[in-house]
Amino acid sequence: MPVKISDKIRMMTGNEACAEGAIAAGCLFFGGYPITPSSEIAEYLSRRFPIIGGKFIQMEDEIGAMGSVIGAALTGMKAMTATSGPGFSLKQENIGYASMAEVPCVIIDVQRGGPSTGMPTLPAQMDVQQARWGTHGDRGVIALTASSAQETFEQTIHAFNLAERYMTPVVLLIDEITGHTTEKVTLPDYDSIERVDRKRPTEPPETYLPYKYTDDCIPTLAPFGTGYRYNVTGLCHNETGFPTNDPKEIERLILRLTEKIVKNRHEIINCKRTMLDDAEIAIFAYGSVARSARQAVLQLREEGIKAGLLEPTVLWPFPSEIVLKIAEQVDSFLVAEMNLGQMAREVELASKCKASIHRLNRVDGSPISPPQIVGKIKEVV
Amino acid sequence: MDRYEIRLSGSGGQGLILAGKILAEAVVIYDGRNAVQTQSYGPEARGGASKAEVVISDSDIDYPKAVELDLLLSLTQESCTKYICDLKKSGILIVDSGAVKDIPHGDYRIYEADISDLAVKEIGKAVVTNIVALGILTRIAGVASEEAVRKAILARVPKGTEEINKKAFDTGLRVGGELLAESKRS
Repeated sequence: MPVKISDKIRMMTGNEACAEGAIAAGCLFFGGYPITPSSEIAEYLSRRFPIIGGKFIQMEDEIGAMGSVIGAALTGMKAMTATSGPGFSLKQENIGYASMAEVPCVIIDVQRGGPSTGMPTLPAQMDVQQARWGTHGDRGVIALTASSAQETFEQTIHAFNLAERYMTPVVLLIDEITGHTTEKVTLPDYDSIERVDRKRPTEPPETYLPYKYTDDCIPTLAPFGTGYRYNVTGLCHNETGFPTNDPKEIERLILRLTEKIVKNRHEIINCKRTMLDDAEIAIFAYGSVARSARQAVLQLREEGIKAGLLEPTVLWPFPSEIVLKIAEQVDSFLVAEMNLGQMAREVELASKCKASIHRLNRVDGSPISPPQIVGKIKEVV
Repeated sequence: MDRYEIRLSGSGGQGLILAGKILAEAVVIYDGRNAVQTQSYGPEARGGASKAEVVISDSDIDYPKAVELDLLLSLTQESCTKYICDLKKSGILIVDSGAVKDIPHGDYRIYEADISDLAVKEIGKAVVTNIVALGILTRIAGVASEEAVRKAILARVPKGTEEINKKAFDTGLRVGGELLAESKRS
């Protein structure tokens, strides 16, 4: 367990901060299967949950773990799992189920290199498109990221709030560096934390429709065991929750699964900006790479190069409008990421040829360092 | 940039990541400065190359990894050979002389001690090699106060092992002091 300076200031790894953030968010269920580099999240909660009245279960595998999370969430609990690439692959089937059945839950993916078992102990950002498209079918997706232990704590709480607000699984993508870096975390007063709870039905069970169409596109799922009986399925369903083959009903459902995220994107999307106002070249970086980029920007500015940093803390929905605006201002973008350009393609699409897009990619299990970014920018400018 | 960068390197299972965590906790919790600790190791539980890094600063630390080392500790030949290129000019190199026979030449301040042998002979347990090394490093680097590191060790180690860890740390401090005195004479 982390060492405390006081109750509120602690030295924690990103993984420990994530687990503590889940507790702060009101999560009381963890179903998982250990995998490096995410295992410390399970370890931490397996110690804490029995003390604070939560449930921890190590399932037979990742698919079962995701199933247990969906089951717990349907009873009204805030529920989560944590994994890494290979486990994230296995969970995709049930993540799709949670999307279709609109069950709020949180999936933490502490990224390592792939494909397959790849690099168990080394960092990567190779799962960012998997978070968007990993499960089959069209649906809206919310995926967050974080670059420090402090931010991981905050984003974990945020992930639960978004899941409850939009009735959808939410993914938090960090990477081995963030998960395993020990640094100072300042914990807020837990009574002051804003917690969102899903809507509860106001009508009696006789007239209740779990998937009723409303203006905000968000269903009201009564927690199991509160007297409301309804069907939950991965099949296309109508307002009652029972399967349907009616083309109109099917289309309405599939459009709504996307629209409930797209319509509300301005409330979900968030980016941090560093020295972008007069920037001529913008770095687009997220997760642990954003830390390198921040340091690089400071150094480049000292040398008179007008660099800035756009750091999305929400990767999906993608901040297309923000990227376009910056593309109209700067000469070029540098997209730095520990994969072969998974987000660079999104930046390219969003910037509509208004700026030239350069890439800095690393897939050898090593971090992207500030000198590397500085070097690349000097090459480009 | 006011960063002090330390890398503790050796093989998996030598407790270097724990030593790094203790050092970072000492700096932040008991000395009130800023530090981050990162690690890199192989998929094996024992063996394979392992390293822990601690970056110390008085301001925010963006990039958490070491780029240009102020201090390199190497408990194996492999790690010394591999990482010496990252040590800055006039940087500090501390090696376990029982394991590192081929010490790279260069503009470094080199301190040699038979660290694992000290742990076995003076404490009676090879498992405290990391804490002996931490003592040597603390005395030679002078970036964390000895009191802070001692408190951080006691806050971290398993109950019942406080005494041998204290003894291991004191042994390290003493040997570190001797090495410093020796280098001043020469």
